[in-house]
Amino acid sequence: MYHQITEEDQKFLMTVFPAERLFFGEEIREDYSHDELGGISHFPEALVKAHSTEEIAAVMKYANEHLIPVVVRGSGTGLVGASVALFGGIMIDTTEMNHVLELDEENLTVTVEPGVLLMDLAAYVEERGFFYPPDPGEKSATIGGNISTNAGGMRAVKYGVTRDFVRGLTVVLPSGEVIELGGKIVKNSTGYSLLQLMIGSEGTLGVITKAVLKLLPLPAVSVSLLVPFETAKQAIETVPEIVKSKASLTAIEFFERRTILFAEEYLGKKFPDTSADSYLLLTVDGSDRESVDRELDRVADLCLAAGAKDVFLVDTDERKESVWKARGAFLEAIKASTTEMDECDVVVPRNRVADFILYTHEVAKELDLRIPSFGHAGDGNLHVYICRDELDDNEWKTRLAAAFDRMYGRAEEIGGLVSGEHGIGFAKKEYMKEALGEETVALMRGIKKTFDPNGILNPGKLF
Amino acid sequence: MDLIVCVKQVPGTTNVEVDPVTGVLKRDGVAGKLNPYDLFALEAAFRIREKTGGTVRTLSMGPNQAVQSLRETLAMGADSAVLLSDRKFAGADVQATSYAIQSGIRAMGGFDLILCGKQTTDGDTAQVGAEVAEMLGIEHATNVSEISEITKDSITVTFSLDDVLQMQKMSLPCLITLEKDAFTPRLPSFRRMKAIKEEQITVLTAADLPGLEEKRCGLKGSPTQVEKIFPPEKNSDKETFRGTSDELSETLYGLLKAKKFI
Repeated sequence: MYHQITEEDQKFLMTVFPAERLFFGEEIREDYSHDELGGISHFPEALVKAHSTEEIAAVMKYANEHLIPVVVRGSGTGLVGASVALFGGIMIDTTEMNHVLELDEENLTVTVEPGVLLMDLAAYVEERGFFYPPDPGEKSATIGGNISTNAGGMRAVKYGVTRDFVRGLTVVLPSGEVIELGGKIVKNSTGYSLLQLMIGSEGTLGVITKAVLKLLPLPAVSVSLLVPFETAKQAIETVPEIVKSKASLTAIEFFERRTILFAEEYLGKKFPDTSADSYLLLTVDGSDRESVDRELDRVADLCLAAGAKDVFLVDTDERKESVWKARGAFLEAIKASTTEMDECDVVVPRNRVADFILYTHEVAKELDLRIPSFGHAGDGNLHVYICRDELDDNEWKTRLAAAFDRMYGRAEEIGGLVSGEHGIGFAKKEYMKEALGEETVALMRGIKKTFDPNGILNPGKLF
Repeated sequence: MDLIVCVKQVPGTTNVEVDPVTGVLKRDGVAGKLNPYDLFALEAAFRIREKTGGTVRTLSMGPNQAVQSLRETLAMGADSAVLLSDRKFAGADVQATSYAIQSGIRAMGGFDLILCGKQTTDGDTAQVGAEVAEMLGIEHATNVSEISEITKDSITVTFSLDDVLQMQKMSLPCLITLEKDAFTPRLPSFRRMKAIKEEQITVLTAADLPGLEEKRCGLKGSPTQVEKIFPPEKNSDKETFRGTSDELSETLYGLLKAKKFI
């Protein structure tokens, strides 16, 4: 079993970190015992706020030699308990490693420390005419966290996910050795891609201390359409039609009126339209208004032909803010509408989205649960929330488990997987095992053992 | 109820160039958008129409490209639109602008209520609404944040006088200017946009406005001249103080005193 932190270990940490960046026992704030929605909490025994690769390397080397578990944490916005220190030990907080180190305009890359917040990175590059497309709803997440879960977000339809924008990583291995993976290079066929293995590894293989990210030129024009439909079925069944039409869309989001109403309540701000049952929110971007308008016209006509009540134009900064701010707040808004909730972040083939959403309605009815959902309809990734409301503990756990079983079961039947972008962490371990099968998971365990033979890095996660 | 909403096309971005010779904003070639404050006036008008019935007509003054903004008001739900467009109106200050607009309103016939945005995002003077009302000889209220009642001959509004909010019942016809965030404005509808008929938009020149005194229009009719326009300085310096509330209040007090604010 793991070694508990002793006075001697504390003394060692004091040689690496000044007192204001080192906390023990009761000095550690409650926040550090959980993430946003893991349904699980546990305190680390020591918390360090790292400022450099060297500090992290020193901690890892010591922890590895003394069998002390280590967990890395960014902003703590995860949803599956991946950054919870299940076995105590040392927590490395990377939020003070929040510097943009270099903007390389010749190679179109930006090099950042892992604690840079997504919103700060977006603002930094956009001010300079560049574009970092991954756009998860949670803008206060760190880039390190985004890379660790391979976060996706709302522009995946056109641009892909975090994985597609990581060119290089500096990683501290559990042994304390520092390795460089990838770099400012576009192509790479040099052996196994350990870079890709690190992305989405949820802090179980190494500690990311620097990232080289790929940038694009900022599109000059970006316009969204808000499309109201009478029913959820009509709205989602339009999505495959849009995909089939070869329209070049950046985002295809689906949500229902009741979710908008939660967001209105949560933000204290009215949404521009709540007259319909369900909505699609589509975005087209490009280099000039004329070509964007042509694409918008085509998609708008297609939506009307598919039975949309109307198509609303979201073209100015003010209009975008009134719509997208609400969209970005959906998760928090649903959370604020109930006593407790858990989530299902399944991803299914894009032409099965309607099937899955309608199935969640059936499950809600059958189990008498409130299950609001919204999702990235264009890429098949759905966020389904099971709300506890007034249920007692026992009843909640029973119905929640039943709902998860049914939904993950259905996802599997239609060719989907457990997580599209939030990861497995602690909360979804069993479902991953079921979905992937013993052989695949055994390979993953082998990889984990190669990187971390003593199992000190983020133990108890993924498997 | 007959409602008129005055709108203006403003530059779509915040990076506006100024002609160094005339001090006039360069509008050519810059993508325009409806002044964001006007959207609240439009929304207020639509909501009144939903209650009382009647029509919403929009009015703008500007170059031909301002038709785009009027089309947008139609796509949001206006019934018809009028553009005052003539080189003689160009380069107008607030007074010459107000004069031309009130002439346009007179040419549009009767009305019960005129709604304007509180100000524009390019000129930022917040004076045109009030001046139009004065020239038309009707009552007005500016910075209106709420309309609590409307009857066939009166309107009750709440407006800001900076340090107090005042509630006032006014007789119709009158003019109000709307505060930002009074409502969330509806979005332009693609269906309506496609259904716009040419006859819904009327373009009027100086010659079409009966009794218009040309010497009161445009740059020549402007008693004020712009000497220089420059964007406000951006100050993004920030300093963070940490400590207990006692320490922080002590620090703040010291700073304010050192800067002689107290």
